[in-house]
Amino acid sequence: MELQAVLMAAGGGSRMTDLTYNTPKAMLPVGNKPLMWYPLNLLEKVGFEEVIVITTKEVQKAMSTDLKIKDVKMKLDVVSIQEDGDMGTADALRHIQPKIKTDILVLSCDLITDVALHEVVDLFRAHNATMAMLMSKAHEFTETVPGQKGKKKTAEQRDFVGVDKSGKRLLFMANEADLEDGLSIRKSIMRKHPRMLIKTGLVDAHLYCLKKAVVDFLTENKSISSIRGELVPYLVRKQFSKTVNSQKLKDDTDDQTQEKNDGPANHELLISSRDEPLLQLAQERSCWNDHRGDMSEAYHGGKLRCYVHIMDQGLCCRVNTLAAYIEVNRLAPKLFEEPSVHPSADISERCQMGSDSIIGAVCHIADKTSIKRSTIGNFTTVKEKVKVTNSIIMHGVTIEEGCNIQGSVICSNAVIGRGADLKYCLVGNGQHIEPEVPGIIILNTGNLDLCLHVL
Amino acid sequence: MLSLIVSEGKDLTKEEKQRLRKEKKQQKKIKEKKDDKASQENEKEKKPVTSAAPASQPPTQPTPTKTKAELKAERRARQEAERASKQTKKGETGQQAATSKPKAPPSDLQPVVKRLPEHIQVDNPDVLKKLAKKLERQQIPLRSDYGYKVSLFSHLHQYSRKAPLTQQLSIPSTVIHPAIVRLGLQYSHGIVAGSNARSVALLHAFKQVIRDYTTPQNEELSRDLVNKLKPYISFLNQCRPLSASMGNAIKYIKKEISNIPSNCKEDEAKNKLLNCIESYINEKIILAGVAIAKCAIEKQKISDGDVILVYGCSSLVNHILCKAFEKNRKFRVIVVDSRPRLEGKEALRRLVQKGISCTYVLISAVSYILPEVSKVFLGAHALLANGYVMSRVGTSQIALVAKAFNVPVLVCCETYKFCDRVQTDSFVSNELDDPDDLIVTRKGTTPLEGWENESSLGLLNLVYDVTPPDFVDLVITELGMIPCTSVPVVLRVKNVDQ
Repeated sequence: MELQAVLMAAGGGSRMTDLTYNTPKAMLPVGNKPLMWYPLNLLEKVGFEEVIVITTKEVQKAMSTDLKIKDVKMKLDVVSIQEDGDMGTADALRHIQPKIKTDILVLSCDLITDVALHEVVDLFRAHNATMAMLMSKAHEFTETVPGQKGKKKTAEQRDFVGVDKSGKRLLFMANEADLEDGLSIRKSIMRKHPRMLIKTGLVDAHLYCLKKAVVDFLTENKSISSIRGELVPYLVRKQFSKTVNSQKLKDDTDDQTQEKNDGPANHELLISSRDEPLLQLAQERSCWNDHRGDMSEAYHGGKLRCYVHIMDQGLCCRVNTLAAYIEVNRLAPKLFEEPSVHPSADISERCQMGSDSIIGAVCHIADKTSIKRSTIGNFTTVKEKVKVTNSIIMHGVTIEEGCNIQGSVICSNAVIGRGADLKYCLVGNGQHIEPEVPGIIILNTGNLDLCLHVL
Repeated sequence: MLSLIVSEGKDLTKEEKQRLRKEKKQQKKIKEKKDDKASQENEKEKKPVTSAAPASQPPTQPTPTKTKAELKAERRARQEAERASKQTKKGETGQQAATSKPKAPPSDLQPVVKRLPEHIQVDNPDVLKKLAKKLERQQIPLRSDYGYKVSLFSHLHQYSRKAPLTQQLSIPSTVIHPAIVRLGLQYSHGIVAGSNARSVALLHAFKQVIRDYTTPQNEELSRDLVNKLKPYISFLNQCRPLSASMGNAIKYIKKEISNIPSNCKEDEAKNKLLNCIESYINEKIILAGVAIAKCAIEKQKISDGDVILVYGCSSLVNHILCKAFEKNRKFRVIVVDSRPRLEGKEALRRLVQKGISCTYVLISAVSYILPEVSKVFLGAHALLANGYVMSRVGTSQIALVAKAFNVPVLVCCETYKFCDRVQTDSFVSNELDDPDDLIVTRKGTTPLEGWENESSLGLLNLVYDVTPPDFVDLVITELGMIPCTSVPVVLRVKNVDQ
């Protein structure tokens, strides 16, 4: 077996608590499908037959009842972990280490992408890499987010990613938060790769191909708890570590202190294959080198290599903020050629529906309604004279007559009373909006302040 | 029908016997031509022709009372009719019959029908259909050709590196062993390049396949493992056409596998095979390299004060030069390089790292630099049975110019690269590499950028060419120093040994 897929679905959605306080992030509906269905679909399309899903008990329960997830033909091996525990992604990998028999492909449940997965895996295979990951050029979010006054630029910490001139080999990775007094790059890296491109506008898709040796290494080093935050920068740094390269000369003395700390775990990461001398021989006899201009052999003799595939076209989005959630609801349905109206929905003829709206199953849409650029979930009832624009309506919602909903997100099982006029609002789970009540009302238990204009 | 005549052989005169023999030969010739045509034409066409032949035979059986003369006349008439129908069909198929020249010697032993290999018949839609069917049966995706092919080479495959075969495979590859998928990727990206490296990597992957192999129920390892390897070989062939050395290695492995006795336990058999592979690599590649280096150095082929010209990056030639330098011979090297691969840079790096003083030129400067040169060392991809040397494109040029300057040309080649193919030109069988490799960007402009849109422009990126034996003075193998024309002798000796 070549690769085992691991789906991390235990994340809490800490950056969009308004949506996730009731529904777990993995089951949030996007285009009327649960969020975790998208990475599962990606794996299924490519040919995986089994996936190990690491999730919480709550999600596991929700998965067993969800139709779309039942539709997935792969065998899902669900491993549940404690919800409240501070389990990072690397801790979760350590937890399932006995199940891991080969190299793994780790995915996050909030990744929605149409990448050709073979691009990432081919880098992993061809160069016998320790890690291969996927990144994408970040796109600006254009939709207005409820609860945000104006277009506020999110002050997210930037990631600095350094790649070599072919754009495939990962040389440097650090988060802005870790770089206090500036970016420092080791001289040994500059000597080996004099041309380095540093990119900041990239989105990490949290899709990693890791060698089995890395999982074994994690079981030894219990201090690493997050893949993205700790393991990946560690591996990228380790590529140029002196102890890994056996025939290095005494280059940089400033690395001595760092080596001592990384010392004990090195032998775990060295790529070991049963016929190492034969592979060496093949590499020696081959007239190929990955770089030109200096005296070293291919890969500078380094055994640990990290590669990245940077997507510049296509959709690659991580749904971990409200803005991303809204954006993705707009884009995700375009990935599939499914009919925008579910066959079981009951839509009256005098309803004006835009072509980019999606109606879920068993919906009742009455006359004289207008639905544009919106997503309407399953089991929703929309009564007459309702105007829904640019909004996301989740499952089981009832919208009474005469409402006007614009740019809002209505969570599951909410009831919008008659004549309500909602602009850029976020209505929480199971909330009721009283019909025609004057004044400003705060509608959910989150910390958003909303502007509610009532007729 | 023939048996009837033989039984009455005592009564035939000498002339009649001669006539009989001639008729037998003609019949066989027609049968061979028929078989050859059948491999190229439609199956439908084949049927009426073959049904005609056996149909002609039974009618004579139930009538033994006819005289010999009448039977002979019948036969001759039938042959004339078949020959006439053949002529008309030949006219339809046109040049394909002309290019296909299987020399079927009309011997009295079994007729040797030589079929053209499929990989040089890409412009024949029937062959492509057969290939597609075969790959479908083996569950391997078909790689589609890319770009406009220059008309002289339209019978060869041309693939693009940007469309790897793995695009159409499932990601945890189940049909093909992961080691083979990795190897195929490394071949098509050029990470493993060079005849020796490819063979070693292939054998390494086969070792992993054998290790992970388990005999299914009711199957024998000797037969099942060979069948398992066939789709892998097709896959590797699709990634990059197999080299002659790889072909020989595969033949060796298949022979070893089929020679495993059926009472042998699985673990034993696997261990035996793994040891066979190890010993093959050791003998044919590593030790052969050592022997060739020793031969070249001791027989004073590299002497003090020599100026040696090498072309491209041949692992064997580099090895010889490094060993000679270790033995304190004083010489310098001129490395000749050519686009688009620029493999000479790698050779240059390896030699300079050892401390050998080198000069680097491009192939366009060969005639300028040749007056300084005392010897030319060339590596080979394969040595053909008629003494021709198949090597990287540009080698024959260098050999030609060297001959013009009376500089001795020595080819270094291990015996496992000898193949019994015959070729006199570089057109019939070659490899077309990705044409986009020829595109280069200088100072921000790419002149050849939209070459696919120009209807009259074709890019050709050949990989191999063939050097005639007149230009090669000596071939250094582990069996000694032989002239180029002794290759068939070596092949015959090898076959007798096996």
